[in-house]
Order: sequence, then C-alpha cells, then structure tokens
Amino acid sequence: MDSVRKKAKELLDNNTVNVIIGYGEGSDNNVRAIFIHKPEDVDKLIYDERCVQNLAFYLMKHEVKHKGKLGIVAPLTVLRTILQVASEYQVKEDVVVVLGVAPDGGYIEFNGFKDIENYIATISIDLPEKEKEMIKKLEGMSLEQRWQFWTKQLSRCIKCYACRATCPMCYCTRCQVECNQPQWVTVEATPLGNLEWHFMRAMHLAGRCVNCGECARACPLGIPINLLTYKTVLTVKDKFDTYAGTTASMDSVLSSYKTDDKENFIR
Amino acid sequence: MNIEKKLLKPASFEKLVLKLKEERKQVFAPVKKDDLVNFAEISSLQEMTDDYIVTVQSAKSVAFPKVETLFDIQTTKEGVILTDKDINAIPEIVMLGARPCDAAGFDSLNAIFTWDGLIDNIYTTRLKRTTIIGISCSKCDAKCFCTSLNGNPGATKGSDILLTKIDNGDFLAEIVTEKGDTLVKKYSDLFETATDADKNKFIADVPVKFDVKTILDNISSHFENGLWAEQSLRCISCGACAYVCPTCACFDIQDLTNGHEGHRKRSWDSCGFSLFTIHTSGHNPREVQSQRWRQRVMHKFAYMPERQQVVGCVGCGRCSRACPVDMNLKEHLINLTEEVVK
Repeated sequence: MDSVRKKAKELLDNNTVNVIIGYGEGSDNNVRAIFIHKPEDVDKLIYDERCVQNLAFYLMKHEVKHKGKLGIVAPLTVLRTILQVASEYQVKEDVVVVLGVAPDGGYIEFNGFKDIENYIATISIDLPEKEKEMIKKLEGMSLEQRWQFWTKQLSRCIKCYACRATCPMCYCTRCQVECNQPQWVTVEATPLGNLEWHFMRAMHLAGRCVNCGECARACPLGIPINLLTYKTVLTVKDKFDTYAGTTASMDSVLSSYKTDDKENFIR
Repeated sequence: MNIEKKLLKPASFEKLVLKLKEERKQVFAPVKKDDLVNFAEISSLQEMTDDYIVTVQSAKSVAFPKVETLFDIQTTKEGVILTDKDINAIPEIVMLGARPCDAAGFDSLNAIFTWDGLIDNIYTTRLKRTTIIGISCSKCDAKCFCTSLNGNPGATKGSDILLTKIDNGDFLAEIVTEKGDTLVKKYSDLFETATDADKNKFIADVPVKFDVKTILDNISSHFENGLWAEQSLRCISCGACAYVCPTCACFDIQDLTNGHEGHRKRSWDSCGFSLFTIHTSGHNPREVQSQRWRQRVMHKFAYMPERQQVVGCVGCGRCSRACPVDMNLKEHLINLTEEVVK
C-alpha cells in the first residue's frame, strides 16, 4: 500500500488531481470511503480485505465530481466499473487518474483506460463461488419453487433503495420507479411492488452488472438481490459472449443491435 | 402512576405468551432469521431470541407500518365513494422485547402523529391497541448512545411493562402504565411478588458520549457550517437510516387504482432521497446530499424540539448499523458538539 500512498502523494503534490478517493479506517473496525485533499493525509489510505465498497460510485456523485480532477484507489471491481461507466459516457478518461491496487495492496500503474482493459484481459472473470452455487440451486428449482423463493425474500424489502443508491451503474438522475405519470412501478413496499422494483432493476442492469455485490452488501435486511443481476451476468455471457466492465468502448447488449445478429427477428 | 414491581419466572413467561395467543392477540417478538434479528409474529416464546442488541428494524412499524391503506376508492355512475379504513379491524398486539430506546421512540412518533391537535386515527388506534412489553438491555455495542439522549438501557418510558432479566433467569417486571397493569391483573397468577433485586446491576453500561443540550442549544446557528458537506461526502442518498429509525415518520401518499377501484396508501419516505423535495418545475431546494444530510440532523435536533418539544433521536444507533457506507450518527454528533463549542 506504501506505493499507492506514494503515488497519491505525488498526484496531490503536483496538483494532477484535486482529491483522491480511497479507503480509510471508519468507526468500530469498519472501513469507509475517504477523500484526501492534502498530500500529508495520504497515510490515511488503507487497503485490506475489509475494503469492499465500490468506490467508483463517487466518480458520479455530484459533490465529488465537482471537485475537479479525481484520483481513485481501484481494486479489480472498481477498475471494471470504471470501464463500464466509461463505455456509457459517464466518466471521461481525462478527469480521472486510476491508482490500481493489486489484491496484496501493491500499486498497479495505469496510463489511461486502454491500460486497464489490457490488465483486465489477463484476469479470468467469474462470479464468486458462493453466488454461483446459489444460482445453480435456484436454476434447479421448479418455477413454482423459484417464485416462492423470490416472493419470500423480496417481501422483506422496505424500498429504502440502498441497493440502487450504492450501485455505480444506477446513476440515472431519475429512476424508472420515480416516473409517476404513469406510475410504472408500484411505490408501496408490498410483495408485488417489491417484485416489480427488483425485477425491473435486474433487467436494467443486464449486460451492465460487474458483480461487485454492492447491492446485497448495502441491503439492511440481507436480501440476496445480487443473485438477480448475477444471473443476468451469466445469461449475457452465454448469449453474447461478453462480460461487462472489460472494455471502455462496449455497446450495451440490450440497447444496441448488429446487422449480422444471429437472431432472425431483428432483421 | 407509581411503578409497581412483580416477578415473572421463565415458565410463567412462556405461559403468558400462550395465553395471549389463546385470546387471539398477535404477539410480536425479536426473531432471528438468516443472522438478522427482526420483530416477527410468534406463537410461542421459544421462537423469540435474546441474542440481539437491537433489532435491525425498529418497533415503529407496529403503529406506523411501511405501507398503510388510508381509504378505499370506488368510482360508480353516481360518483366517487370513499370508504375510510375500518379502524375497528386493527388487531390487538403485544410487542415483546422492544428495547427501552424503541419504546422511547414512540414519544417522538406520538408528537408527530398528534401534532397541533391533528390526530392521526390510524396511528393512534394502532398504538392504543398495542401493549409494549419492553426488555432492558443487558448488553450494548459501540453504536449505542441512548444515555447521550437522556435515555438509558433500563428506562421504563414508553413501555407498558418493562422486564429486566436478573441473575437467576427470572424477570423483574415493572408495571409502567395502566395498560400494563390491566394485563398483569388479568394474568395475575403468572406474576409473583418481586424480590428486592436491584435491576441496575443487570443492565448494560452505555457511556455518555456528548452533551445533547449543547447540540440543542446551538445547532440552529450552524445551518451554514461546512461540517454538513464534509460529513456527508461519502453518503450515498439511500433511505436505510430513515427506514430503520424508530422516530423517522416521513411518508409518501399515493393512489393505487385498478379500473374503478383503488386505495390511497401511505408509504415510508426519506428526506435523504433527492425526489423528496423536488418541485414540479424541476427545481430542488435540497439539491445535493449535504443539504439533505443537514436536514436529517436538523429535523431531529432543531425542528422537532422546536415544533413538537421532543428530540427526534433516541440513540439506538440503528442508522449507523444499517448504513452501507459507515455514516455514524454518534460520531457525527460528537463532531457537531465539538464544532458548536469552538
């Protein structure tokens, strides 16, 4: 981590960036996102197994974005998210300096998004084992069992939208659930309203989810909602042979078409 | 009323739950599921857990549920028929295992739902039909700060009966209200004469972390303090804190219609959402999260004390536990105290 801190200090010292977004000690052994403005504060940056929040979210947060040029401490999920949001024109290459961090805390230098793409190409992308197993279990269920599973899980939802708020891919200034003329999705947190919300969100994330797991981690009621979008990750891989967050110039699979598409209906 | 004390032995406690169920009362208690403890309906005491500091969600939903139908709507050839919610159908509930902070939270909610003589019939009826049997806290964690808000882990306020587990496993029952007294009298064979056990020996020691009076006296003059922006830079604008809070009472009202029939429904809302204040014109007076964070703290420590003469926080620490980005209210209030005495 010392090499990351050194780089962060250098970037702040020579005014290459105005702020570094990274992980720091929080309250009661929690880790929290910290924003370093002064070179002498870089020692507050940490990286260990507790650092799981997807910091890429802050690249699109109004107050952070307006600080000017940003530096960001980026483990793999953050790197993938940056590429994905870049492909959606949400983050420009010239306003962010990415300080790559290896699993052991070492510094990985990236000169631009192309470098990140090359690095990610060397890593085999897969879902975490635990989630893969759960998805397999769900796939093995009958339609009725699966319906029961999700109705039960989602009935607990209180619609605090922590899942949406923490997801870097949920950057819409006005979410579909907030469009009320007409009201597409029921506002109330009832089993039906909750199903509508989470299924809609999963569809909007299909081909875009980088399986960072933030939605499930943020849920105060421990609903494994990441399984919904993780399933779309597998489907998109299967049907389109692609993973989100591997290139900064990808067309979204659900909002683009190709004239040589193998499906007939699209011609 | 004077607080009378009785003794409730574990076996009698079990019987009490069964008796209440026999009377078709709904009994809610903390239940552990998937490692999370929340209030759920139980049919026997065995289903209740004592392995919790506080439940993830507060007890408020017993009187202020996440969704409430206010009235039904029917359109006919003759016109629109509105039918008020049948408050007589509201069930009798016994809320078991609410913590003293949870029970204290109802003070703030009552102040809001009866503010300025405007009585919310649904809320008040729900609470009137709820008997709160609180249980004192024998343990606390770093997120607890009730004692900084004039509460304490053995406080009786808000409970109808407060139970404190003493060393031999029996419960010391303090009968706080008439509602509690009625219940104890009804099942008098289950309650025994209290011993002289000192309950203070069995409750958690929650250290006082800040002087709330300093905050209450000074917060209003710190509206423009840079602290709000600094604290909330990592806040992600979700509603987790508000939804688990025992005193947050903001709601949204929507009509849900299907053809000629529909319902007007009230759902929880949060001042942390940008949509909460956005105007039809598109202008948003609380445009950025720092303004919304300030509103949250100001509402609890300036506006509620001013308007309703209650503080809108009981120090349960739920918001800090639920927060996905470690927004820690206790810590932020300590910072605030330091800032206002500068």
